[in-house]
Amino acid sequence: MKALLLAALAALMLLGGCEREARRLSTPAKNQSATEEANRVGSLQPGVSLTGKVRQALRNDSPYEENAFAVAQGKRLFRWYNCNGCHSNGGGGIGPALMDSEWKYGSDPASIFNTIMQGRPEGMPSFGGHIPEDQVWQIVAYVRSMSGQLRKDVAPSRGDTLYPGNPENARPKLSPQPQQPPASTPQGAR
Amino acid sequence: MLGLFIRVLLGIVLVICITSLAGYAMAATPVPQAVHDALDAMGPQSGHIVDLWRIFLVACAVVFAAILLALLYVLLRTPRADNDTPPDLSTVNRPEPAPQRNVTRAVVVSVLALMALIVASVFTDRALARLSLADAVNIELTAHQWWWSARYTNGGPPDFFVTANELHIPVGKPVVIDLKAEDVIHSLWVPNLAGKKDLIPGRSALLQLRADKPGIYRGQCAEFCGFQHALMGLLVIADPPEQFQAWVQAQRAPAPEPQDAKAIRGKAVFQSVSCAMCHSIQGTLANAQHGPDLTHVASRQTLAAGTLRNTPQELAAWILNPQLQKPGTNMPATPLSQDDTDALVAYLGGLK
Repeated sequence: MKALLLAALAALMLLGGCEREARRLSTPAKNQSATEEANRVGSLQPGVSLTGKVRQALRNDSPYEENAFAVAQGKRLFRWYNCNGCHSNGGGGIGPALMDSEWKYGSDPASIFNTIMQGRPEGMPSFGGHIPEDQVWQIVAYVRSMSGQLRKDVAPSRGDTLYPGNPENARPKLSPQPQQPPASTPQGAR
Repeated sequence: MLGLFIRVLLGIVLVICITSLAGYAMAATPVPQAVHDALDAMGPQSGHIVDLWRIFLVACAVVFAAILLALLYVLLRTPRADNDTPPDLSTVNRPEPAPQRNVTRAVVVSVLALMALIVASVFTDRALARLSLADAVNIELTAHQWWWSARYTNGGPPDFFVTANELHIPVGKPVVIDLKAEDVIHSLWVPNLAGKKDLIPGRSALLQLRADKPGIYRGQCAEFCGFQHALMGLLVIADPPEQFQAWVQAQRAPAPEPQDAKAIRGKAVFQSVSCAMCHSIQGTLANAQHGPDLTHVASRQTLAAGTLRNTPQELAAWILNPQLQKPGTNMPATPLSQDDTDALVAYLGGLK
């Protein structure tokens, strides 16, 4: 009985390893609404603006929270799509920092997905329709790794760019402090 | 006897398998007339390398034959013995001056032959370095996972232009290629024109070559670089000089404006969906640098770094799901409606 239990446990651990190492090249089952129902919030969009609504996350789980390859892809895309143009390497600049514990619009995967898809006031562009949703989920997983929200063996351990700080997997796990967005922002005040 | 027969049979089967595999690979090449043959020199640089190869081949063949003959001689000369013959122990306590002399002679001959090969290598290197570079075409070639971008840098910056996966060079004029890498180590190998040279991130290296005959020469990444290393091809097209100049003038121009309604819609699609996040088309809003420059994509013969033919059908299939033809490529699948796909393909097809 004990041996059986141990074997089952070992198998379970091996399965966990499988997910970490999996490299899915085609888009997996999606975790987002079938119809585009959410309004765009950000007034900016990359390229030529799309009209219409964007998709939202259906459930609050990310398909890539335990997948090292997808998180590494997210790290590459964070630079490719110029997220670091405003958020820098996570330390913030024009946009808010992503490696601290303050989350204006929520730290859970669904909230980050919606933030990227819809955009947010005060400058966050709406990327819905401009980035394939599968890649948005990869970026979501990477953004969460920046403040240590992912397992250490999943988060990236090195980067390809010059960066003096700790790699994502060597950062302490910060407990997110949700911040309520200001109820009413006076027009013109930024 | 039976064992020998089986071995010969297996050898024949193996040869048939390998040649049919090679035939299959050739048939799958999108540009079948592109040559890719290290023994068929089309320029001075590869000519020097082929000469060196011939010297090595002859030297090694002579040594191989001599060793086999010596072995045969020894086998024939060895005294035959049966099970009852007592072992010959006469050499245990007695030095053998004749075989020792032979070994010394063989060592001296080997060292001299190897030295001769070194001298041949040094002279080949010198010859490679002596290519006249007067009036050269300068190209900055950057390797990416898994494609090539090329910037022609003759003249001032306003004359620079960028293209991808297909180099045009003038026949009879030297070309200096500045080799760079964006992500990992790659290697450039255009066997008909030059030897291999690595492209290393953070460094640059120069490769000088000249094509003496017009033609299409296939290049290939020759350093394992990830998922799609095998499908990282490059065409080098050697044109007569005036044809090359016409090509350069065409490439310097921004992308032509689409004329019909379908292509105009295609341009809007390109700039609004994920295409514009990575690709650039000069003269439009799309100016990202992560994928091949598509300003004159319709003037190229292949898509996806020598993987597909540049036809509307293959372009549409590539845009809808690149992971089918090139699993692992950084280009994501783009779900588009049939109308949008047709419009996009019509627009890209007009970018001559």
